[in-house]
Amino acid sequence: MKILVAAKRVTDPDMVIKVKPDGSGIELSSMSFKMNPFDEIAIEEALRIKEDKGGEVVVAGIGGDKTPTEIRYGLSMGADRGIHVNTGVDPDSDAVARILAKLLEMETPDLVFLGKQAIDVDDNQVAQLLAEYLGWPQACFASRVDIEGNKARVAREVDGGIEVKEIDLPGIISADLRLNEPRYPALPAIMKAKKKEIKQVTPADLGVDITPKVVIRKMAEPPRRKGGRLVADVAELVKLLREEARVI
Amino acid sequence: MEFSFTKEQLMFKKEVIRFAKKEIVPRIQEFELKKQFDFESFKKLGDFGILGLHFPEEYGGGGADVITTVLAGEALGEAGVDGGLTLAYGAHTFLCADTIFSHGTEEQRKKYIPKLASGEWIGCMGLTEPNAGSDVASMTSTAEKKGDKYILNGSKIFITNGPIADVSVVYAKTDMEKKHAGISAFIVEKGTPGFSAGTPLIKMGVCTSQTSELYLSNCEIPAENLLGKEGDGFNMSLQTVEWDRSALLAPFVGAATFMLNRCVAYAKDREQFGRKIGQFQAIKRKIANIRIFGEAARNLVYRIAWCKDQKKPLNHLEAAVAKLFVGDWSMGPSNDAVVLHGGYGYCHEYDMERIFRDSRLAPIGGGTSDIQRMIISKLI
Repeated sequence: MKILVAAKRVTDPDMVIKVKPDGSGIELSSMSFKMNPFDEIAIEEALRIKEDKGGEVVVAGIGGDKTPTEIRYGLSMGADRGIHVNTGVDPDSDAVARILAKLLEMETPDLVFLGKQAIDVDDNQVAQLLAEYLGWPQACFASRVDIEGNKARVAREVDGGIEVKEIDLPGIISADLRLNEPRYPALPAIMKAKKKEIKQVTPADLGVDITPKVVIRKMAEPPRRKGGRLVADVAELVKLLREEARVI
Repeated sequence: MEFSFTKEQLMFKKEVIRFAKKEIVPRIQEFELKKQFDFESFKKLGDFGILGLHFPEEYGGGGADVITTVLAGEALGEAGVDGGLTLAYGAHTFLCADTIFSHGTEEQRKKYIPKLASGEWIGCMGLTEPNAGSDVASMTSTAEKKGDKYILNGSKIFITNGPIADVSVVYAKTDMEKKHAGISAFIVEKGTPGFSAGTPLIKMGVCTSQTSELYLSNCEIPAENLLGKEGDGFNMSLQTVEWDRSALLAPFVGAATFMLNRCVAYAKDREQFGRKIGQFQAIKRKIANIRIFGEAARNLVYRIAWCKDQKKPLNHLEAAVAKLFVGDWSMGPSNDAVVLHGGYGYCHEYDMERIFRDSRLAPIGGGTSDIQRMIISKLI
């Protein structure tokens, strides 16, 4: 079974982010980066399927010049080869979906595994858009995946229980947090990953226009919370709630 | 001169830190308070690949060079792993498993290395005796050959992993007439009749590592458990010094970074007299001192590792300087880190007092600072 997984380079979720003073975006100069944690989970699941049923896992990274670092991480986990679509800057979700759609024409995988969303912009759109563009079945937010022959049975955590979907393959699955615990790449695997191929592709090669449809006009940090205030008695509290806060 | 790490080495270091912070660090305080060995964390180190990192892959190892192996040790310290666990790892991998790997026959390697590399078996080394510490040649444990057996007698003390080890590399004299040249090394397995360990000693630091005496009382082992040839023992124990002065010191280098990160975070957060305490010169000085120690210690320790990778003979003077520096000079920074945290630093929860106690082993274990000064002055 051939599985394609997409991996995004995102800011390290353990770091505190700061908005640039001019509001044009996030201050990235002092940030460290890593692979989107949901993508790591997707790769882990793809590798487990490969270990069980054989096949190939291909990691596609869509982003700027540094994206191969994250692709290489996926290769260290055990993926077989990588594709880097160099877009210069991060494209919006729709462009990513259209790039992936073109990659799938080239790669013809049996299954596409994606993280449910990237933890930097939290758009949660690529899997759904991609399914729409290709007319493929989709099962998003997987918490358990069983592959049987030409079908995938996908459990999803929904309000009030577990919903189980069955989709035909080829199809698109996006990984939720509790699907698995991604492995740590071992040193021999890291050394082997050095020799694995990462193919370089540009959006122009694929014939995809990445002009963004969504533009971020301005970013601002949430207003700082003001300190609390002590009131003398309940009467004053009620008065303030009614007249100043206007909540009762 | 080349002072940079490869991309792969740095990626691996990051991975070790991530692994240790998630899998090991949350368990430390519990085991530190109970003064117990954390078998689960030790096995996790094996599963992750740290215990056998430098052994070839066909023996279940990771095929790493010395620099990468030392980097893993530094990463454990940097993540905040306690000195007890890193010491247990050091004694297991470098003093026991590596001695078997470097001097053992193919049968001995195949029998022991894969299980030691995975952490299924725990190893220790028995060299020190009550009356033979720095003066190894005066050891009195004996090994007498009788047919296809050796009969071992004597006792060992301060043996890291002693009470929990499945495999021990034990040094004893096959020829009492000779001094250094009479010492031989043997593999003794747990459960061998006549071989036992004492109860764990109560120590000042590295509390999660288990240290005890080993007793050999007419302990019969097969003759094939001899490592190398009779009389090779002293040279084998000397060879462990290269690891001792690099990989075993590396967690102390990492711990300096751990302390530094904690101190910086605290100094930026804690306010007194209307200012962050990091703005006071006295605090800045402490922070700078911790950094200076870390930088200097790192260079000394990695130099030993680099020489070993380059197959250069160990420079005993440099090794002694590295050991002495980490041992004696870590006292200042770890003390500074405790004091910088004030009352909190004195409390268990803030980790600094543990590092202070753990670092007190550095000027003692594997040759005291006094012995290092003796070596240095002799070699000048």
